[in-house]
Amino acid sequence: MIAEQISVFAENKPGKLAAVTRVLAQEGINIRATTIATSDTFGVINLMVDKPQKALEALGKAGMLVKTRKVLAVLIPDRPGGLDRLAQTLAVAEINVNNAYGFVLEKGTQAVFVVDVDQLEKAEQLLQAEGFTTVGPEILE
Amino acid sequence: MESMFWEREIETLEREELEKLQLKRLKATIRKAAKSPYYARVFSEMGIKAEKIKSLADVKHLPYTTKDDLRKQWPYGLVAVPREKLVRMHSSSGTTGRATVVFHTAKDIDKWTNLLARCMYMVGLRKTDVFQNMMTYGLFTGGLGFHYGAERIGALVIPAGAGNSKRQIQLLFDFGTTAIHVIPSYAMHLASVFEEMGLDPKSTQVRMAFIGAEPHSEKMRQRIEEIYGFKAYNSYGLSEMNGPGVAFECPYQNGMHIWEDSFLVEVIDPKTLEPVPEGEQGELVMTTLTREGMPIIRYRTKDLTRIISGPCPCGRTHRRIERIMGRTDDMLIVKGVNIFPVQIEKRLLAVPGVGKNFLIILEREDYNDSMTVKVEVERQYFQGDLGQLEKLRRKITEELKSEILVTPKVDLVEPDSLPKSEGKAVRVIDNRKE
Repeated sequence: MIAEQISVFAENKPGKLAAVTRVLAQEGINIRATTIATSDTFGVINLMVDKPQKALEALGKAGMLVKTRKVLAVLIPDRPGGLDRLAQTLAVAEINVNNAYGFVLEKGTQAVFVVDVDQLEKAEQLLQAEGFTTVGPEILE
Repeated sequence: MESMFWEREIETLEREELEKLQLKRLKATIRKAAKSPYYARVFSEMGIKAEKIKSLADVKHLPYTTKDDLRKQWPYGLVAVPREKLVRMHSSSGTTGRATVVFHTAKDIDKWTNLLARCMYMVGLRKTDVFQNMMTYGLFTGGLGFHYGAERIGALVIPAGAGNSKRQIQLLFDFGTTAIHVIPSYAMHLASVFEEMGLDPKSTQVRMAFIGAEPHSEKMRQRIEEIYGFKAYNSYGLSEMNGPGVAFECPYQNGMHIWEDSFLVEVIDPKTLEPVPEGEQGELVMTTLTREGMPIIRYRTKDLTRIISGPCPCGRTHRRIERIMGRTDDMLIVKGVNIFPVQIEKRLLAVPGVGKNFLIILEREDYNDSMTVKVEVERQYFQGDLGQLEKLRRKITEELKSEILVTPKVDLVEPDSLPKSEGKAVRVIDNRKE
């Protein structure tokens, strides 16, 4: 399954993240994970949320430059070596990871690792064949 | 096929005849100007008399008139007719100091109106058109000048004035506007408002736009034409030479025909004040040839351009000038390099992903100049990928460096986040202290 990440263009200045989280809070949207990638004076805020379409509309309405981006949210066991197996699988297939981050779903049991890759469909099929489970927004609720 | 000439005879007059007419009018202008307090004094000091002018080349014996001269003679020093003959006053936008004022008689207004009708008729405005004038009315010449010209043709004029973007768009649709007059940077801003309202800028009936009042690049014109799907024609003028209607593009869109029956044109080197060879860039100098209320001799416009030599396929004999590179006042000197904002605009608009607005900021620290260019990102371009934005920034930096030879710092900013103006665009903030 292919998941959707929300990406917001952000000038690197105080209050920008707060402006994003305010909109999401008002709309009752739950954030499961976020990363901020910056390049000097501007950056991109990436968010995994429970209602990506609603988030897209609300942030767009607030005048922000926002896009949904297709990513893979992969379930991995929350124990040593859990991430390694995933990383090795992608490396062998020569799939390049542009951005990645994770969060724990259930401590000691399960975590979700989000990868933004250059060959999305190939990666999805590969992970399925290797026995990984990819999840969508429903697991984030 | 319908004629594209408002006044075929004068627009296609043989050069020799045109120059004879210019000489006759130049002499008449000197006689008229001599009735103003300012030129009466200057002419008598310099021993200038109309009878001494034997050929157009003799114009070199006449004094230049600068903006500063006009300021010193403020307000009535150059008026050459009794006050009761004056019917209109206009002034420059005053962006570079005290505004200069120009006065017109009823005949002057009539002739100016005729020139504007000539311009608009040339590119196809007809009495069946609906013309929406998005320029400031009032002291600024752009509003009333075009208004009168379009009425002279017989078009239906909607005097919308500047700003109030949503209403502008409403008017475009409600009255089936077919032609507009707009400042280029405002046309770009208006496109964002169309988007916000969920409307397609191509869905109006507008088929032509007259764009002017600020220097802009060919890229900017092309961008406007692409966004709206209409033809955009470049218009040039300045309040000291009436306002718009001095020079205008014909349907071939390759330079602006400058109306030589009404203005005597010279291009000079602004440093030596000597004429440059025809076709080379220099400062445009003009003498009014028909104005009676306030004739001006050899006015130094500070606008940099060049004459495009050779005949135009449209058949007009009046020479063309290239689009204005900028005013000598607009020139930035950064690290000793001369840069015009139009050069930056031209390169920026050639890069896919660049949005509608930009701003140049100059700073100085320890005698070192630095230039930051803030560039709005195009909404559709953003894919949520930082790498893509970094690539865009590198591309912009390279493009600008190859044009201006200085490496600017490029900042990408959100669409519609830079300050916008409903008049002439503010492109430069210079924070350097002398």
